[in-house]
Amino acid sequence: MSIWINESSKVLVQGITGGQGTFHATRMTEYGTDVVGGVTPGKGGQVVDLPGRSVPVYDSMGQAVSETDADVSVIYVPARFAAAAIIEAADAFNEIKGEGLIVCITEGIPTLDMIRCVGHISEMSGIRLIGPNCPGIITPGENGGCKVGIMPGYIHAKGRIGIISKSGTLTYEAVAQTMSVGEGQTTCIGIGGDPISGTGFIDCLAAFEEDPETEAVVMIGEIGGTAEEDAAAWAADNFSKPIVGFVAGATAPPGKRMGHAGAIISGGKGTAEEKFSAFEKAGIHIARDPSKIGEVLVSVLIEAGLREP
Amino acid sequence: MSRKGVNIHEYQGKALFREEGVAVQEGVHCTTVDQALEAYDSLGSKIVAVKSQIHAGGRGKGNLYCPDTGDLQMEGGVKIALSRDDVEIYSKNILGNILVTKQSGPEGKMVNNLYIEAGCEIAHEYYLALLVDREEDAILVMASTEGGVDIEEVAETTPQAIHKAWTDSSGKLPTGADSAMADSLGLTGVSKDSFKKMLGSLVSMFVTRDCSMVEINPLVRAGDGAMIALDSKISFDDNASFRHPWRAEMRDMSEEEEVEIRANKSGLSYVKLDGNIGCLVNGAGLAMASMDVIKLYGGEPANFLDIGGGANKESITTAFGIILEDPNVEGILVNIFGGIIRCDMVARSIIDASREVGLSVPLVVRFSGTNHEEGREVLEESSLEVTTVGTLADGAEAIVAATIGVDS
Repeated sequence: MSIWINESSKVLVQGITGGQGTFHATRMTEYGTDVVGGVTPGKGGQVVDLPGRSVPVYDSMGQAVSETDADVSVIYVPARFAAAAIIEAADAFNEIKGEGLIVCITEGIPTLDMIRCVGHISEMSGIRLIGPNCPGIITPGENGGCKVGIMPGYIHAKGRIGIISKSGTLTYEAVAQTMSVGEGQTTCIGIGGDPISGTGFIDCLAAFEEDPETEAVVMIGEIGGTAEEDAAAWAADNFSKPIVGFVAGATAPPGKRMGHAGAIISGGKGTAEEKFSAFEKAGIHIARDPSKIGEVLVSVLIEAGLREP
Repeated sequence: MSRKGVNIHEYQGKALFREEGVAVQEGVHCTTVDQALEAYDSLGSKIVAVKSQIHAGGRGKGNLYCPDTGDLQMEGGVKIALSRDDVEIYSKNILGNILVTKQSGPEGKMVNNLYIEAGCEIAHEYYLALLVDREEDAILVMASTEGGVDIEEVAETTPQAIHKAWTDSSGKLPTGADSAMADSLGLTGVSKDSFKKMLGSLVSMFVTRDCSMVEINPLVRAGDGAMIALDSKISFDDNASFRHPWRAEMRDMSEEEEVEIRANKSGLSYVKLDGNIGCLVNGAGLAMASMDVIKLYGGEPANFLDIGGGANKESITTAFGIILEDPNVEGILVNIFGGIIRCDMVARSIIDASREVGLSVPLVVRFSGTNHEEGREVLEESSLEVTTVGTLADGAEAIVAATIGVDS
């Protein structure tokens, strides 16, 4: 089991004829993702060659979903067109299937565009958005798996740990940490570092709670906002599995944006210290050194009786 | 590439306010004392405010220092002038001097711009701000009857004094929210109407101009009951700059860190810190985590630096150059988790860059992910003096040990 995507998920690539789109559609297919087509307005009817298959390009998401019965769309279009792409995908999935997962990798989307997108999708109960400005989501399988995003697939392996993170390469670090102690992953989700985004920590935790295969979760936050505090408070009451938490940015100065648009301590709020203490208060096992996530995870699994000492 | 908020000066914000129908006093932007005197004559107001224009807040309570001697020139970066002579004295004390405020940092900012604004009879001072509420996915309007003071202080001491309202996802306030907010501020009659009109204009401006924050502190009720924006602090969302070409003219390069602009042009995201260990990392989260781990192992990071997903030899060379420009840097930790970026490419770039910039401090490199073994081999086979490690913790430990050696 896994959450939201699995080896039979059918995936569309919005922006498939662009450099990024073609590159990552190729990598996803190599990993084992069932890429069934792509969308680039004005290029409908073309074909894109991927490893072992050629997939059709459609002019619109409506057409693409109707023709391919896809479940997932991943967006690699430039920032200025990304909000329109998200809304097009949401409308197509909602009207044709009543459900669908949209993963937006694009960085640099205007904040007010994202407020409009999130508002638009909030009225569609079957539509989920992951991102933007994120590495995507991956469910490792027995042979390959389903990768929807830009993460290096080979560092993952099928297992029993769920991973949720605001950051890209720090997610890979967390994956490597689980691997270093012999643990694989059910599903890893990069939720992105923008101030306004779709799926949050709580959505992911709720899904992992329901997933019988997931035994524990690694949660990686960063400075800015209160998403980590909110998730910790929610988890204390609603999440029964162990969580290992890390927050990046303990040394970040206030008032400075640290790369990610949302990673900023403003008005003294959003510090790593506040988030770590919220984690501790909620019974989340913290690793102050991300190189120790693996160690903490092992001890937590043993403590929970899920592994032999 | 990372984007920073785009800030503008008060005089520019007030020009926008005028265009958008937000009431402000008459005022003139000046860069010389003569212009300030002309402005005084043209405004025809006996009392004027002489206001230093820098991006940092807290100007009124800041102090001006001579850039050469460091002597205190004048207390207060915003002055009320009661005469033409006052304007002359205040302008001379402000222009060309360094204004240090609570928000400017101890080094302060050189003041090159002045705003001379007609005086205003103040019945009461309020606070009004619009910003993006990331938890509610909406624009938040905050108002308080406690204007002119630090809003964070109000939030701390009397949170009940702050009134809030949120827009919907299209950026519209619910019907009646403006009236309700005016009522909660105790505004009636002309003042209430004036407030509602101003709030409508501000919300619409926030959306059409892609703002990330608009703060008016103080917003005042004048003697005749009209509501007037006596200050303006505006930031824009840089992600939306592509659809607002007019912003380019408002950019004041002297307010930005030159090195951060240079880094951005190369696709790097750089923030200077006070420590002695330079960091070069791919990914913002991992870059922060690297700083944190350096600190955990007893060192102090000299910078945040994310080389981004599109890094190449040129940008990595630029990154090394920028790190080494900081005279405090006594060692560098490179932490790369290869994904799209290949560690062997980074290794070759490091070798070239270290030759080009004349690397003279200890270097520790941690590679993981795509082609990490090849990357390590490339480094170990080169003549470069470098310590390679497999984990971030080992990397931090090694660079801290190496820089302690430098100190002694």
